[in-house]
Amino acid sequence: MAQFTDCPPLVGWLFGQGSRVGAAWRWPRGPCDVRSALPLALHERPNALSAVLAIVNLPDAGRSYEGKRGPRVLGYILRRLLNTLFLVFIAASTGYLIASVALFPRGNYEAALEPPPKEAIDAVLNRSNVNDEVPLVERYVTWVGQVVQGDFGIDLEGNVVNEEFARRISVSMRLLLVGSILGATLGVLIGVVSAVRQYRLFDRGFSLASYFLLSTPVFLLAILLKFGGIKFNDWVGTTVFYTQGEYSAGFEGTDWEFFVNRLQHLILPTLSIALGSIAFYSRYQRNSMLDVLSSDHLRTARAKGLTKRQSLFRHGLRVAISPMATFFAYGFGLLMAGAVFTETIYGRFGMGQWFVTAVAKNDINSVAAVVTFTAVLVLLSGFLADIILVALDPRVRSR
Amino acid sequence: MTTESVTTTTAGTDGLSGERLSRGTLIRRRFLRNKLAVVGLVIVLFMFLLAFVGPHLTKWSYTDNDFDNLLSAPSSEHWFGTTQVGVDVFAQTMRGLQKSLIIGLLVAIFSTSLSAFIGSVAGYLGGRTDRGIMWVVDVLLVIPSLLVLVILSRYYQGKSWLLLVVGLTIFDWMITSRVVRGLAMSLRERDFVRAARYMGVPTHKIIARHLLPNMASIIIIAATLNVGGAILGETGLSYLGFGVQAPDVSLGTLIAEGTGAALTYPWLFMFAGASLVLTVLAVSFIGDGLRDAFDPGSAKSKKI
Repeated sequence: MAQFTDCPPLVGWLFGQGSRVGAAWRWPRGPCDVRSALPLALHERPNALSAVLAIVNLPDAGRSYEGKRGPRVLGYILRRLLNTLFLVFIAASTGYLIASVALFPRGNYEAALEPPPKEAIDAVLNRSNVNDEVPLVERYVTWVGQVVQGDFGIDLEGNVVNEEFARRISVSMRLLLVGSILGATLGVLIGVVSAVRQYRLFDRGFSLASYFLLSTPVFLLAILLKFGGIKFNDWVGTTVFYTQGEYSAGFEGTDWEFFVNRLQHLILPTLSIALGSIAFYSRYQRNSMLDVLSSDHLRTARAKGLTKRQSLFRHGLRVAISPMATFFAYGFGLLMAGAVFTETIYGRFGMGQWFVTAVAKNDINSVAAVVTFTAVLVLLSGFLADIILVALDPRVRSR
Repeated sequence: MTTESVTTTTAGTDGLSGERLSRGTLIRRRFLRNKLAVVGLVIVLFMFLLAFVGPHLTKWSYTDNDFDNLLSAPSSEHWFGTTQVGVDVFAQTMRGLQKSLIIGLLVAIFSTSLSAFIGSVAGYLGGRTDRGIMWVVDVLLVIPSLLVLVILSRYYQGKSWLLLVVGLTIFDWMITSRVVRGLAMSLRERDFVRAARYMGVPTHKIIARHLLPNMASIIIIAATLNVGGAILGETGLSYLGFGVQAPDVSLGTLIAEGTGAALTYPWLFMFAGASLVLTVLAVSFIGDGLRDAFDPGSAKSKKI
C-alpha cells in the first residue's frame, strides 16, 4: 500500500485509525496516493447524500463508481460538506418561504373582537420581520442574514426564538436519541435472532408483531400505549407510568428520585417512537441476515471448522449489520415526524409540539427554526451513517 | 424484464401437465396460492364495500344527531355506539374510511404515475437531465415533508380535499422514482431498446412502449405499497387537524376526536383505529403477495 503525505488528519479520524483508509492516512510519509485506498471506502457510499436518501436495496445503477478513479479525499469531504450545507440552506429556505406564504400572522390580531390599531399590529409584525406588507423578498433576505449569524429572530410574543430553541432541543433529543438507539439496537438484535431461528416460534411471533406495528401509525400507537399505561396504573393501584409532561410538577426528592420520576415520564413516549423502529429495523435486519447466512463465506468459515456460533459472530454479523447504517440515517429523519405526534400526545414541550403550536399561532420564525432543525438532523444522521458504515464494512477495514 | 424466461422456465413446474400458461395466469395462480395476500385482498375489498355500501345500511348519516342517545354503547340501534353529540359512530367511521381510502388510492396512483414518468425519463435520457432530476429528488427528500404539509394546510384550509391529495403526492414520488430510474438505466442498454432507438423511434414512444411495460411489475407493486403509506400520511395530518377538515371526516380526525373521552368510552375511536390498521396491514399483504407473484426469485427472504 502506498504511503501518504499532505493528508489531513481528519480523514484518519473519520475513517478510524484501524481502517485501511485510516491507516493509509498516516502521515507524513511518501506521496499522497489515495487511489488505492479510497475506492474501497467509496465503493458503497460514493455520495454523502445517498446515505440520507437511498434505501439500501434500491437498484441504483447510476451510482456505480467502478472503473473510475477515486476522487481526492479532501476534495470529496469538502464537496460533501458544501453539498450538505447547501441542502440545509435549501430546506430551511423552503420552510421559511412556504411558511411565509401559508401563514398569516396579521390575522391573529385582526380576528380579535376589538382589533388593535393598525400601527400597533404593524409594530408587532415588524419586530418579528413578518409584516406581510413588506415584500417577501425583503423579509427573506433579512431572515437569511439573521440565520447565517445563528439568530432565528423573535416570535410574535416578543420572545427570542433561539432561547425557546435551546429549551426545547434537549427535550426532543432525549426522546429521539433514546428512542432511536433503543429502536435500532433492539431491532437489529431481534432481526438477527429471527433470521437464525427462521420459521420458529420466535421468528413467527415477531414477524406478525412487526407487521402490525408497521401498519399502525405513530399517533395511534402512542394513544394506545397511553391508555394501556393508565389502565396498568389503575390495576396496580399506583402510578408507574406518567403520561403528561417531562416530570411531575413540584416534585421534591433526591436526585435519584427525580431521575426515576423523569424516567417514568419518558418510558411510554420512548416506546411509542421505538416500537415502530424496532419493527422496521428487525424486518430489514432479518432479510440481510438471511442473505448472509446462505452466503459462501459463511459456509467456508464453517468448513474450516468454526462452530455455527463462531462463524456467525466472527464473519456473519458485521456484514449483515452494515446495510442497516443507511436505514439508521433514513429512520432518524422519520423520527422527527414521530416526535410531532408523540410530544403532542404526551404533553412534552419539545420541538415537535412547538412546531404544531407555532403553526397554529402563525408564528413564521419558530416554524422556520423547526424545519431547519429537522433538515440538519436528517443530514447529520446521514453523515453519522456514513461513518458507521465505513467503520463496519470489512472491505474498508484492514485485515 | 425477465418476462420470457419466467414464462418458459416456470411453465413446466407451475403448469398442470405441461400446459403452456400465459404470464398473467401464472402470476394470478402464484398470487392466489399466497394465503396472506388473498386474505389481504379480501380485507381490502371488504373495506371498500363497507365504505361505499355501509352508509346505506344504516338510517343514520354521519351528520345526524340522535339526541336520545348521547354516548351510548354499541347496540342494535347504533352499531358502533354514538358520540357526545349523538352522532352515529358507524356512519362516521364508514364516511371516514371512504375518505381515507379514496385519498390513499388517488395519492398512490398519482405519485406512482409521476415517479414512473420522471424516473424513466431520468434513467433513459441520463446525463444532465438525469443529474438535474435526481438533484431535485435529493432536495425534496431532505425537506421534511410532514412539516411542510402541515404548514401548507393553513393555505388550503377551507378548500377542497383534492388539494390535500396534491400535497401528499408532491412528497410521495421520490423514492419510487429512484427505483424506476435504476430499472430504466439497465433497460436502456438492452438490445430491443437499442434497436428501437437506432430505427429512429422517438424517445417518448420508446419510454411508453418499451420501458414502462417492462417495468410494469415493479410499478404495480410500488403503487400498492404506496397506498398504505399514503393512508398513513393522510390520517397523520388529519389527526393533527391539518388534513381533512370538518365537517368532512377521515379516520385520522375520528381518532383525534375520539381520544379525549376514549378511556371511558372506547368505541369512540376503537373502530376507526382498527379499520385503519387493518386496511394498511391488508394493503401491505397484497403488496408482498404481488412481489412474490411477479418475482418468485425474491420471494420469502426479501419480504419486509
